[in-house]
Amino acid sequence: MIGTTEAGQKENLSGGKPFNVEEVRQDFPLLERQVNGQRLVYLDSGASSQKPRSVIDRVSHYYCREHANIHRGVHHLSQHATEAYEGVRETARRFLNAGHGHEILFTKGTTESINLVASSFGRKFLNPGDEVLVSMMEHHSNIVPWQMICQERQARLRVVPINRAGELDMDALESLLNERTRLVSVAHVSNALGTINPARDITALAHERQIPVLLDGAQAVPHMHVDVQDLDVDFYAFSAHKMFGPTGVGVLYGKEELLDAMPPYQGGGEMIERVTFDRTTFSTLPYKFEAGTPSIADGMGFGAAMAYYDQFDEQEVIAHEQDLLTYATDQLCELDGLKIIGTAAHKAGVISFVFEDVHPFDVGTILDQLGIAVRTGHHCAQPLMDFYGIPGTVRASFAMYNNRSDVDALVAGVRKAARLLR
Amino acid sequence: MTLPIDAIQDGIIADFGIFDQWMEKYEYIIDLGKNMQPLDERYKREENLVPGCQSRVWLHAELVDRKVIFTADSDAIITKGIIALLLQTVSGQPPEAIGEAELYFIDRIGLREHLSPNRSNGLVNMIRKIKSVASGFSAAG
Ligand SMILES: Cc1ncc(COP(=O)(O)O)c(C=O)c1O
Repeated sequence: MIGTTEAGQKENLSGGKPFNVEEVRQDFPLLERQVNGQRLVYLDSGASSQKPRSVIDRVSHYYCREHANIHRGVHHLSQHATEAYEGVRETARRFLNAGHGHEILFTKGTTESINLVASSFGRKFLNPGDEVLVSMMEHHSNIVPWQMICQERQARLRVVPINRAGELDMDALESLLNERTRLVSVAHVSNALGTINPARDITALAHERQIPVLLDGAQAVPHMHVDVQDLDVDFYAFSAHKMFGPTGVGVLYGKEELLDAMPPYQGGGEMIERVTFDRTTFSTLPYKFEAGTPSIADGMGFGAAMAYYDQFDEQEVIAHEQDLLTYATDQLCELDGLKIIGTAAHKAGVISFVFEDVHPFDVGTILDQLGIAVRTGHHCAQPLMDFYGIPGTVRASFAMYNNRSDVDALVAGVRKAARLLR
Repeated sequence: MTLPIDAIQDGIIADFGIFDQWMEKYEYIIDLGKNMQPLDERYKREENLVPGCQSRVWLHAELVDRKVIFTADSDAIITKGIIALLLQTVSGQPPEAIGEAELYFIDRIGLREHLSPNRSNGLVNMIRKIKSVASGFSAAG
C-alpha cells in the first residue's frame, strides 16, 4: 500500500499489487453515486478522470496539516511544504524516467505546457519563413498556440495528413520535414480517435534532421507507461486531472539543453535570481519557468495520483483497458447504422462513433438520462471533424476503473437512443 | 387570437405533468422535433445561426401585423423539439411581450439542464437571440 507521511509521499514503484477492477472501483468515491436516479456509468475520463481517495485525502491533509508557501520561508512549515512539493517533482521524474528533476516543469496542465513551449521556444527559435509541423488529429491546444506564435514570428504552420482510419501518414510526415522545420508537435494519443501515434518513429525521423519533437501526452499518460528517454522526445506535455490527479496542475518535460536555451515564459516571483530596475537575472531550471505561487495542494495530490498508478503492474492495467476497448468496439459495430470514427491498428482509451442519421448531441442527451456520461461534439478537434465531414462524434473514454458492465450499459443505452431518435 | 405567453407556458407545463417518466417526456419532445415545419433552406444563412451550439440552430424572424413570426431549425432532433416548445410560446406574439416574457416553463418541465452553459446546445443563446430580435422590432416600432 501507499503511505503518505508528513514528510511527503512514499511511493511503491515496484508495481506489485495485482490489478482487480472491482477493488479499484472501491477507491473512487464518486463512482458510487447515482445520476438521474441510475447507477453512474462514467465514460468521460478522457475529458477528466475521477479521483481515488488517496488523492483526495492527500490534498485535504496538505491543507489541514502542511500548508505554507514554498521556496520562500525559513520557517518549518514552508521548508516542509517545499520538500514535499519537490518530492513530487522527483516522483514525476521517475514516473517519466526523465534524466533530471529540473527537466520537470510544473504547469497548469497540457494547455499551459504547450503554450510555454510555443511562446518561449517560438520567440527564441522561430524566424520568418520557418515551419512548425502539427497533425490533422490535434487537439485545439496543440494547434492554436502554434498558430499564434507562427503569426507573430511570420512562420508557417504545416499539417501532417492522416488516413481514414485516423493514422498519421508517416511518409507525408517525412516529406514535410525540411531545413525550415523548427519543431514537430503531435499528439502521442489522439483524444478524439484514440489513435496511438508511433512516437519513437516520429522522434527518429525528426532527429535525423536535428528537429526537436513535442508530444502532447494528455491522453497517453493515463493509459501507458511513458519513458521520455526511451522515446527520446524533446518536450512532453500532460495534465494531472486526466490521470486521477487534481485539476490545475500538469507537467512539461523538456530536455535540459533546450530548456536552458529558452527564455522565461512568464515573469514574476520565484523565477528570478536578482532584480533591479535596470536588469533582472533569472533563476536556473526548473524555477526559471515557474513564476509565482503554484497550485501546491494540487501538486501534492498529483504525487498521490502517480503513486496510485505505480502500485499496479502496468501490463495488467493495459490488458484490462484493451479488453474494454475491444469488447465495446465489437458490440457497437453491430448496431445498425453506427460507424466508429478512428479505426487505427493501435488505440488507447477512446472509442468515438457516429450514426448516419442521428446527431451525436441527441445520443449524448439520451445517454445522460440513463446515467451514462459520455462526451459529444467536436472534442476540441474541429479540423479533424472537418476531415471526416462530421459535426462531431459520441465519445466514450475509459479509465482503469471501468468494467464490462459499463460497456454493457453503454451498448444498451446507445441502442435505446437510436431507437428513440430515429 | 393567440393566448398570452404565460398562458401558453402554463399549458405546456400542464401537458408535461402527465409524463411520469423521462422516456415519455423525451419521446414527446422528439416527436415535436420531427413534426416541426422545416425551415426554408434560404433562411439557413450564416446570420441566422445561433452561436454557441453543439448542434446547428437557425432562427428566422419576421414582423407581420405587429407580431413576430419565428421559424427555426436544428440538425439535432431534441434541440429542435425544445425549440418547437419555445416557438409555441413566443411566435405570433407582439415584440414587447416577448421582450418582457420570463420563460419559466423550461425549468418547470424539467429541462433546466438544457439551460446550463455546459450543454452548449445554445438554448440560452437561442432565448437571447429571440429577445434581441424582438427588441430590434419594437425599437424599429
Ligand atoms: C490530446 C489533448 N491535448 C490537450 C488537452 C488539453 O488539456 P488541458 O485542458 O488539461 O490543458 C486535452 C484535453 O482534453 C487533450 O485531450
